[in-house]
Amino acid sequence: MSKKELRPYFLLFALPTFIAFLIGFVVPFGLGIYLSFCKFTTVNDAVPVGFANYLAVFDKNIDNGEFIHALWYTTLFAIVSVITINFFGFCIAMLLTKGIRGTNVFRTVFFMPNLIGGIVLGYIWQLILNGILARFDLTLTFSEVYGFWGLIILMNWQQIGYMMIIYIAGIQNVPPELIEAAKIDGATGRQVLGHVILPMVMPSITICTFLTLTNSFKLFDQNLALTNGLPGSKSELLALNIYNTFYGRVGFEGVGQAKAVVFSLIVGALAIAQLAATHTKEVQQ
Amino acid sequence: MKNLKKGIALAMAASLSVCMFAGCGESGESSEGGTTTPKADGTTTSADGGKVYYLNFKPEQADQWKALAETYTKQTGVEVKVETAASGTYEEQRKSEMSKENAPTLFQVNGPVELAAWGDYCYNLKDSSVYTNLKSDDFALIENGEVKGVAYVIETYGIIYNKTLLNKYFETDGAKAKSVDEINTFAKLKEVVEDIQAKKDDLGIKGAFTSAGMDSSSDWRFKTHLANLPIYYEYKADNIGSTSAIKGTYLDNYRQIWDLYINNSTCDPKMISSKTGEDAAAEFGLGEAVFYQNGTWEYQNCIDAGLTDDDLGMLPIYIGADGEENQGLCTGSENYWCVNAKASEADIQATLAFLDWVITSDEGRTAMSQDMGFVTPFKTFDEGDKYQPNNTLVKIANEYIASGKTAVSWNFPTIPSEKWKDGVGAALLDYAQNGSSDEKWEGVKTAFVDGWKTEYDAAHKDDAAAEGDAAAEGDAAEESAAEEVDNAAQ
Repeated sequence: MSKKELRPYFLLFALPTFIAFLIGFVVPFGLGIYLSFCKFTTVNDAVPVGFANYLAVFDKNIDNGEFIHALWYTTLFAIVSVITINFFGFCIAMLLTKGIRGTNVFRTVFFMPNLIGGIVLGYIWQLILNGILARFDLTLTFSEVYGFWGLIILMNWQQIGYMMIIYIAGIQNVPPELIEAAKIDGATGRQVLGHVILPMVMPSITICTFLTLTNSFKLFDQNLALTNGLPGSKSELLALNIYNTFYGRVGFEGVGQAKAVVFSLIVGALAIAQLAATHTKEVQQ
Repeated sequence: MKNLKKGIALAMAASLSVCMFAGCGESGESSEGGTTTPKADGTTTSADGGKVYYLNFKPEQADQWKALAETYTKQTGVEVKVETAASGTYEEQRKSEMSKENAPTLFQVNGPVELAAWGDYCYNLKDSSVYTNLKSDDFALIENGEVKGVAYVIETYGIIYNKTLLNKYFETDGAKAKSVDEINTFAKLKEVVEDIQAKKDDLGIKGAFTSAGMDSSSDWRFKTHLANLPIYYEYKADNIGSTSAIKGTYLDNYRQIWDLYINNSTCDPKMISSKTGEDAAAEFGLGEAVFYQNGTWEYQNCIDAGLTDDDLGMLPIYIGADGEENQGLCTGSENYWCVNAKASEADIQATLAFLDWVITSDEGRTAMSQDMGFVTPFKTFDEGDKYQPNNTLVKIANEYIASGKTAVSWNFPTIPSEKWKDGVGAALLDYAQNGSSDEKWEGVKTAFVDGWKTEYDAAHKDDAAAEGDAAAEGDAAEESAAEEVDNAAQ
């Protein structure tokens, strides 16, 4: 069938997804924004209160600075995990495109952790890390520093394999003749990597940084299972802080909702900025 | 090749759409998952048109409630649905269920603080049988003359001890006490505990107290239940039932008892942040520790762990306050039934009829007292021992009251918010992890005193004065609830 023949069916084919998108995303999002301006116990009895909820989010006396703390903690976590995950993911991808024996087995092994759910992973790593720290009479929830690095290790373990797959696809798409030409021109291995391979896999880097950045900011299950924000609420990432505000404090549903709106604005802005920044570095073949 | 591609595409499209429809169908069914009646669609109702939906708070009794609901449906034909929130997720469940079209007709609040949020949803139970059969108004949440909630279970906590192990200690050389009756002050308790800790290897135990776990499955024992004692004594000294700003008069006592717990336990204070409630229960059940702060609800777990009725005893939590020789166990309730005022009239009536049946019929009373093991505040359960639970810890609690000790009331429902508890819990942990220094105790003081004011103001930032008064009224009721248990038991 040609494109013309298909055109009348466009709406029909798009409809199910569109409806699902509407019900599952647009409506709740709109409702969420509306609720952030309300005081409510259940979503049916919302009473508008203007900007009070937003003021409460940044009011130290009301929120104890927890949202701000969670924001910094999350930012730091995102920076460290984006760098480590992509660095290790890329290194492993380089190794596994060199034609080592058993490449496929290694790829499978590295990818496997990604198939386990976040909650399960969180509890598994809690056991492992607590087991190690117990030797020093410490536990993961002793201070937020341990929780932070625990979370970094966990996320690396889970996500490196996934990013590796994307990088492998990118590296394999680099035309061999480009590398060969570079080598004939006398480029060292380092120069090939820096001036040929890296620019050519820039689209993969865009995708991977986007995924790791948004994942780190939206992280919830792993945080809940690994430390649940302990000690106090010092190892709470943003998503968990929002959840705990919404459900943990009587009368704070609206404030939790306002935090969620602020949160989605931050994540949206960051994602767009990051996409724009890495897109400019992509080269055309 | 082209055909193959087409075929695959078709198959995939088909399987996708099947998935979609199957998904829809499934979710439709699962919403009926908890129904205890054979009716699948939920539209058919009984003769008078009402049906009952109970959102239960206590997972321990989930099966018993379902069985009871089934019996009721068999007898009357009225549909009763029981859903139970998983442990620690009641707030989530209640919030989402109450926004639904078929909202629960019967739900729970834990006291004045939650009532402030859910008050609009509470039907006035003034003329209901559950209220008129209450032994005293102290067991009801009353706001502006309206009965918003009715307690249905009275519980008691203290320091549960392993009688066998403690007796073994009493027989050792140089034991600081020869019988448990001698332990009636903090000073004596401390002597005994510290001596047991010193002799732990001889006694074959790991510590005097079970681990004071600050994991969320256990920290409520200290940030809420233990914190009740300094609050109780302060309220008592100031003759009040609630306050907008706590002074922390008894904080030094709080520190004493906390020190005793963390320094004489099965584990290093640095390890408590990840110790769970199960850890403590296991240590006590296996006889690795002598003392265990918990309540009557823990009875079944103790028995399941292999302890016998003869092994179990319970002591009041002494914190070194004046006149504590006469202090009893901590008794109260934080489980109140509320009927959803926004449900249809028929459903409300059906719910009230169900509750009436639960507390007056033989089946209902047997189920509540025997199967669920509840001590209830209803007059209808006063027929000899027939409707009293078979629970050694409850019996011990009654003995304390019979011997003239003053029960400590549950004042923690007057704590302004969960956040306050979290703050105190975090400070307690920080203190325990960092060598119990005076400086770190300042942190607990700040969380306790300043945190109270901050949280109280935050929770009441836009409340009308009238609402605040009403809450205070409810608190006052709470205060004397424990005394009422005295009368009930005697």
